[in-house]
Amino acid sequence: MNYNWNWGVFFQTIPAGDETYLTWVIHGLGWTIAISLCAWVIALVLGSIAGTLRTVPNKKLAFIGHTWVEFFRNVPLLMQLFLWFFVVPELLPRDLAMWVKQDMPAKEFLTAVVALGLFTSARVAEQVRAGIQALPRGQRNAGLALGLTQTQTYRFVLLPMAFRIIIPPLTSEFMNAFKNSGVAYAVGVWELVFVSRQMVEETGGQVIESLIVPTVLYIVCAYAANRVMAVIESRAHVPGFIVAK
Amino acid sequence: MLGTLDFSVIPLAMPAILKGLWFSLELTVIAMIGGVILGTLLALARLSGGKFIGGAAKVYVDLMRSIPLLMMILWFFFLIPFVTGQPIGQNKSAIITFTLFQAAFYSEIMRAGIQSIPRGQVNAALAIGMTYWQTMGYVVLPQAFRNMVLVLLTQTFILFQDTSLVYAIGATDLLKAAENAGMLYGRTVEMYLFVSVIYFAICFSLSMFVKYMNKRIAIIR
Repeated sequence: MNYNWNWGVFFQTIPAGDETYLTWVIHGLGWTIAISLCAWVIALVLGSIAGTLRTVPNKKLAFIGHTWVEFFRNVPLLMQLFLWFFVVPELLPRDLAMWVKQDMPAKEFLTAVVALGLFTSARVAEQVRAGIQALPRGQRNAGLALGLTQTQTYRFVLLPMAFRIIIPPLTSEFMNAFKNSGVAYAVGVWELVFVSRQMVEETGGQVIESLIVPTVLYIVCAYAANRVMAVIESRAHVPGFIVAK
Repeated sequence: MLGTLDFSVIPLAMPAILKGLWFSLELTVIAMIGGVILGTLLALARLSGGKFIGGAAKVYVDLMRSIPLLMMILWFFFLIPFVTGQPIGQNKSAIITFTLFQAAFYSEIMRAGIQSIPRGQVNAALAIGMTYWQTMGYVVLPQAFRNMVLVLLTQTFILFQDTSLVYAIGATDLLKAAENAGMLYGRTVEMYLFVSVIYFAICFSLSMFVKYMNKRIAIIR
């Protein structure tokens, strides 16, 4: 296997313009982080709501939570992204559709955030539900017996414990948010996968360099996400309840 | 608006869509079988106690699990030609990538399955004179598979969804077939909607099946 290493490729300027590939990679990293973090916020908020709804006694609300999860979990992420990007604008009222297609700022970025956020929210919802169901039934009953309302029982008794229980699986979902953010390239966001592909094509043969830097950056992002969650886990630890390593 | 959608394009595009679906399923099944076999070997390597072989298996699994699949698909697609000296095409490249990638995930499942078998069974098998491979083949692995079959299926359902990522190297899977057909007939919106429904139907019924089996197995235990 003959391969000509040339790490200098990152300091070459791109064909059109005077930026170097290094600045491209940095921009790419920025977009990847932006997409992942924004999507994670959406996923956490909506996932918590949907997951909680699945456990409430009210059948209608539980059904809404259930439908939410099944819908966003059973269609591949890339397909969902295309649905948001190509299909949803067509189904909007005419004026709104025109605005979305022509004037909407940062359309690609926002679509990617929404798609990744909703996709991840279904996974978060499953974890939240599992966390709530893992609690002893007595906790809910005790809360209600004390005179707390259903909402108060969730707010003060069930959810604080459930969220602590599910921090480990949430950690891997957070890492997945970074790993999955790469699909955004398909609608033209200049994130790491996009930069990587572009570099492979333009630098003519510097395949390994073009791939390895984004790959390492992804690993670093996922690892950072892991560490942040580990700090949260140890801070949120309830003495005597959950054994934190 | 909804009124302007024209679904009459679906029968026309059906042969191409089915071809795409076939490739998605083919990729899923091959990667599943290859992945489970390779994954089991990786799990055995990690549990073998050997320092080098166990360490190598761990590094492989951890590496695969920390790299986004999309990057992995690009790695294999661009690197295989360097190693073999000639391009092997998107489909073969996708099959190799998915098998090697999924093996890491299946191996974690198989490791859990093997570890769920009481140690005494291994000792008993070795004590009655079985070799290592006999112990694994006749005593441990059959039970490990049975304990883990639903988790393996759940992983396969994730795998099926992930096959859509071969879009990145232009392999014609279900999603790409829909896009091509949509462009050919100028009906992208309808094709995307139709294919989403196919994805949903397959994934939803598979997850329902897993849930149903989960309940049945739970009673038997």
